[in-house]
Amino acid sequence: MKPGASSNIIEMTGVAVGALHDPNTVVVEDVNWTVTAGDFWAVGGRTGSGKSDFLMLAAGLLTPPRGQCRIFGDALPIFEEARLAQRLRLGFVFDGGHLFNNLTIAENVALPLQYHSTAPPAEIAARVEQLLAATELTSWTNSTPGTMGRNWQKRVGLARALALAPEVLLLDNPLGGADARHAAWWLEFLGQLATGHELLPGKRAVTLVVTADDLHPWQHRARQFAVLREGRLEVLAKEKLAAETPNG
Amino acid sequence: MQTGIPNAFGESPTRLLRRVPQPKSYTDVLARAVFRLLLVVQGLGAFALITFGVLLKKSRVARPVITPLIRQEIFRSGVKLLPMFLFLALALGLLVIGQTVVILQKIGAFNYLGTVMVVVIVRELGPLLAAALVLARVGTANVIELGTARALGEVEALEALGIDPIHYLVVPRVIGLALGTFALTVYLILGALGSGYLWAFLQDVPILPGDYFRQLAGALRGLDFVLLALKTAAFGGIIAIITCYHGLAQPLRLEDVSRATVRAVAQAVIAFVVLDALFILVYLLA
Repeated sequence: MKPGASSNIIEMTGVAVGALHDPNTVVVEDVNWTVTAGDFWAVGGRTGSGKSDFLMLAAGLLTPPRGQCRIFGDALPIFEEARLAQRLRLGFVFDGGHLFNNLTIAENVALPLQYHSTAPPAEIAARVEQLLAATELTSWTNSTPGTMGRNWQKRVGLARALALAPEVLLLDNPLGGADARHAAWWLEFLGQLATGHELLPGKRAVTLVVTADDLHPWQHRARQFAVLREGRLEVLAKEKLAAETPNG
Repeated sequence: MQTGIPNAFGESPTRLLRRVPQPKSYTDVLARAVFRLLLVVQGLGAFALITFGVLLKKSRVARPVITPLIRQEIFRSGVKLLPMFLFLALALGLLVIGQTVVILQKIGAFNYLGTVMVVVIVRELGPLLAAALVLARVGTANVIELGTARALGEVEALEALGIDPIHYLVVPRVIGLALGTFALTVYLILGALGSGYLWAFLQDVPILPGDYFRQLAGALRGLDFVLLALKTAAFGGIIAIITCYHGLAQPLRLEDVSRATVRAVAQAVIAFVVLDALFILVYLLA
């Protein structure tokens, strides 16, 4: 963090969220929301409520049609070359992984390291091995994404996002379509990331924002809750979660 | 938005134009067509400038990732097409010599055989044919690959990883296609000139190999080599820019990919003809 800067990581003031495939369509209006270091947010909402667009905007991948969104204190867009180091403090896991289909799983995970770091190949290979082991993907190392199920592809997306050891991780619906085994793994693993995981330097904790169709599985993991309903973001108190029906 | 892709998440001007009510008179139709052409030229021009900007600015960035990609593109758009080009070279030599010999025989002007081959094959047909084939084999694949990648969210994934999609996806293709098209054209020309003599020999044309190649050397000027290199590299660059633009620059759904491919091919062919005309002007003025 810059000296004297606040611990706010993402700040939205009066933000409207446009849809990815049609930015003229506003899916969420008037968002005032702040994520600070150490938070673990779970943002719920029905399918089509704009969770993915909201999260992409929070990651700086979309620009708001109205309002101001700041990431690490800088207003969007933050894609200038000069802000790259800042940009890499934030990781994003897409719903479905969005993997590169022409690369193997190991190559997918190695790509950000090869592109951004000057580390020798052996060091990169060791880091990739560590990430694949932590996400139980070692047996898929030389497979291509097309040969894996969707749940496993999401894990590759997670391993790839963790490659550069981000301070903040945004995950789009990690439990979407997951069976009980995968769901339990995600809850456990993200819980570890939120308190400090050995994959990150000095076992530092990661600030997390996840979106979900149903907030209940996150009840004992996340620390802050919000729901996207009728085009608005509503922050929920933890004790009110029980009254929330699945799918908002 | 990452450096680069114009209109990346926005609606393109061409799409906006399509939503305007249909024109009612011929002048409206003409004006709309001209306006659409200008928008295409503007979009392609902006994309080309951004690409060359990234190419220069990031020439030293992420070399361990970009260099293998360039090598892969050179293989795909050069080495891999060699067998087809050698076959084509044989056919082209036959085509030109077969027709030319008949005419030259009537007027007894076999000493112009080399000149005809240089004018037809080196200056015109060789580069154009090579570019058209590279467009068909590699350019179309480019639009489909990039369009599918775009539709499946790979571009957003690159941006989320702080990787410039232009640098990762477009720059290797521009370099690979420029070098590949140049090399293939040289192969095609050499093959066609060689096979030209073979066919002339089979048609009992009274010309010795030494005389034939002396005619070729006499017809070639230094400018031919320079312009051939520039023209073929430019054709390769055009294929890369137009196909990457149509694959990447607009948000695509999977069902849009085939239409984008057809548009890219049509625009690339028009661009070839325009560029070729410019080079003819240079030849005439030099």
